[in-house]
Amino acid sequence: MSEKSGARLSVFKTYKLFVGGKFPRSESGRVYQVTDSQGGWLANAPLSSRKDARDAVVAARKAFPGWSGATAYNRGQVLYRVAEMLTGRREQFADEVAAAEGLDREAALAAVDTAIGRWVWYAGWSDKIAQVAGGANPVAGPFFNLSVPEPTGVVAVLAPQDSSLLGLVSVLAPVVVSGNTAVVVTSERAPLPALSLAEVLATSDVPGGVVNILSGRTAELGAPLAAHQDVNAIDLTGAAGDAALATELETAAAGNLKRVRRPAAAEDWSADPGTGRLLSFVETKTVWHPIGI
Amino acid sequence: MSIFAYAPAPESRAVVDIASSYGLFIDGEFRPAAEDKVFPTHSPATEEQLSEVAHAGAADVDAAVRAARAAFGPWSALPGSERATYLFRIARILQERSRELAVLESLDNGKPIRESRDVDLPLAAAHFFYYAGWADKLAHAGFGPDPRPLGVAGQVIPWNFPLLMLAWKVAPALATGNTVVLKPAETTPLSALFFADVCRQAQLPPGVVNILTGDGSTGAELVAHPGIDKVAFTGSTEVGRSIARTVAGTRKRLTLELGGKAANIVFDDAPIDQAVEGIVNGIFFNQGHVCCAGSRLLVQESVREELLEALKRRMETLRVGDPLDKNTDIGAINSAEQLARIQELAAAGEAEGAERWSPAGCELPGQGYWFAPTLFTGVAQSHRIAREEIFGPVLSVLTFRTPEEAVAKANNTAYGLSAGIWTEKGSRILWMADKLRAGVVWANTFNKFDPSSPFGGYKESGFGREGGRHGLEAYLDV
Repeated sequence: MSEKSGARLSVFKTYKLFVGGKFPRSESGRVYQVTDSQGGWLANAPLSSRKDARDAVVAARKAFPGWSGATAYNRGQVLYRVAEMLTGRREQFADEVAAAEGLDREAALAAVDTAIGRWVWYAGWSDKIAQVAGGANPVAGPFFNLSVPEPTGVVAVLAPQDSSLLGLVSVLAPVVVSGNTAVVVTSERAPLPALSLAEVLATSDVPGGVVNILSGRTAELGAPLAAHQDVNAIDLTGAAGDAALATELETAAAGNLKRVRRPAAAEDWSADPGTGRLLSFVETKTVWHPIGI
Repeated sequence: MSIFAYAPAPESRAVVDIASSYGLFIDGEFRPAAEDKVFPTHSPATEEQLSEVAHAGAADVDAAVRAARAAFGPWSALPGSERATYLFRIARILQERSRELAVLESLDNGKPIRESRDVDLPLAAAHFFYYAGWADKLAHAGFGPDPRPLGVAGQVIPWNFPLLMLAWKVAPALATGNTVVLKPAETTPLSALFFADVCRQAQLPPGVVNILTGDGSTGAELVAHPGIDKVAFTGSTEVGRSIARTVAGTRKRLTLELGGKAANIVFDDAPIDQAVEGIVNGIFFNQGHVCCAGSRLLVQESVREELLEALKRRMETLRVGDPLDKNTDIGAINSAEQLARIQELAAAGEAEGAERWSPAGCELPGQGYWFAPTLFTGVAQSHRIAREEIFGPVLSVLTFRTPEEAVAKANNTAYGLSAGIWTEKGSRILWMADKLRAGVVWANTFNKFDPSSPFGGYKESGFGREGGRHGLEAYLDV
């Protein structure tokens, strides 16, 4: 932090968690130092505890009926609103991403713009995924038979370590667009853009609890989330690069047969996201009904 | 009869500025018609002149098609995400300016403000929002990995839902990479001209949307122009037929959304009060100026008396009058010409032996074009009011005994746009839906529309679908 003499001394922001639509500190009272790519101090981020993770799951579960019951159109509007709010704070996020990831200004702006585009891409999927992934089934009998995708429930997301904002948005948006609620563990080393994104979500008509954001140790938070009996699915992207941890979490997730998205070796976050992530966190429900006078 | 005395609750018309005259919107600019011809547009509720608009002739059609052609290359070459961004902008601006547009629509069309505010405008914005989302997802729509647009679309829309029909036409065309020349109806040009200003605010590239006001001759020039690749028309079956003849032998693609004579079928196990609301919504919504209106009520004989009594009681509470009054249920008939057609068909109904009924206390304003909600009983399938599209607040009541008879009567029409079924029995709904030759079947509801739901007809109600994933096909080279 360079403070020129004569320049106004800047106000530092206390970074906090985002749980149930509120901005609490970690219940543990712990923080850890976050540094930029040169090792310079940026901020003290909350070091979330197992209890924070459990509280976040409770908040996510509580938000699930309302969010999954909202119309697809409504969810699309809300995600689009996130893109609008993020656009308004483009410069701030470019600064934060540049500091967090050691990118030059241009590359950081490109990452923010791609993240904005990612929200828009998924906003559009809200009322289309059922038309692509669902449909009428011509069964051999006098029955109406229709399959529709439905959200899985509460999804724990270990956000990628390498891409603090774009990577996080790329794994979060496909989870929530279909009606799931999420508990996200940020990049361990670079949590600040994600914690700031909470401020965007809080002003974008996203109902409290739909997205919950925790900073801290991926391994420490991953364990209780993977084993949690009220979490329906887990995205292990943030465990890429630690095969032992990924295996351990996937094993724990088997306890209540969570849907698991395994980490990929290397993901290009600027590439066309396709529908893979979106389809990872939906269930297919098929309805039968007789046809007859 | 007991009716509450409602205080007037007028929506302010001060929210919208109407210019004294409008030009044609070609290549991103307003310009007068080449021959300098103009025509007035009126409020059907008061007959006052609202504005004067340019009358596009052959030279103007040619200029608009050229502008659309010039814009097509760059527009179709844009990444889908950028076309999406423009469409999202349009959707948001429509949401932001919906009050202005709702008032304008009610003034120019005569429909109740409650409908333009709660139905036309939200649906129009939602339609752009929905298709904005498709623009960068065409590879996922089931039409191949990289479906291509057709080119320049000539679009001719009706006066019953002026802005909503514009949205139905423009949004999928632009999302898929086409450019358009749109002709709004002669009697309702204003919301389309307002839309030109929405395009300006959205910074849509010039020539992507061109708007030509005029009459049937303008529409005929447009669909016959050799420079267009696609014709999309919503309107009467007669005009649709002539357009089909015009494009015969050309390479132009064609989709038509034409007339209807929908059956609204009520079984004896239906919840009567709900059915009555559905019947009223089916035929009196938008003064019955709805191609999918439930204009034939087919009621099972055993509940005929009970249903008619409840229906008449409900009709007596309908409020006909000032479209800008928030309590109005039924507004003005859109034009003197349409009023004359409704009057002529109603007279034919009486002459052919059906029994005519309207609420006794229904007073109509002295100025403007009005028609009281009307019910005909004792209607035979051969009567003109059972066969021809009236496009007004006139309901023809027929009866049936068995589901098979209901299906036979419902399908006994040249049309096939929509149908309604009222019964508590789910399997019967689906059995009926299987048998009905209609593009949209509503069960225990009626006149429901959503951008994600395909809409369009069987038989002489036209071909092609608007809305939903299916609506993309009409604008793709597949």
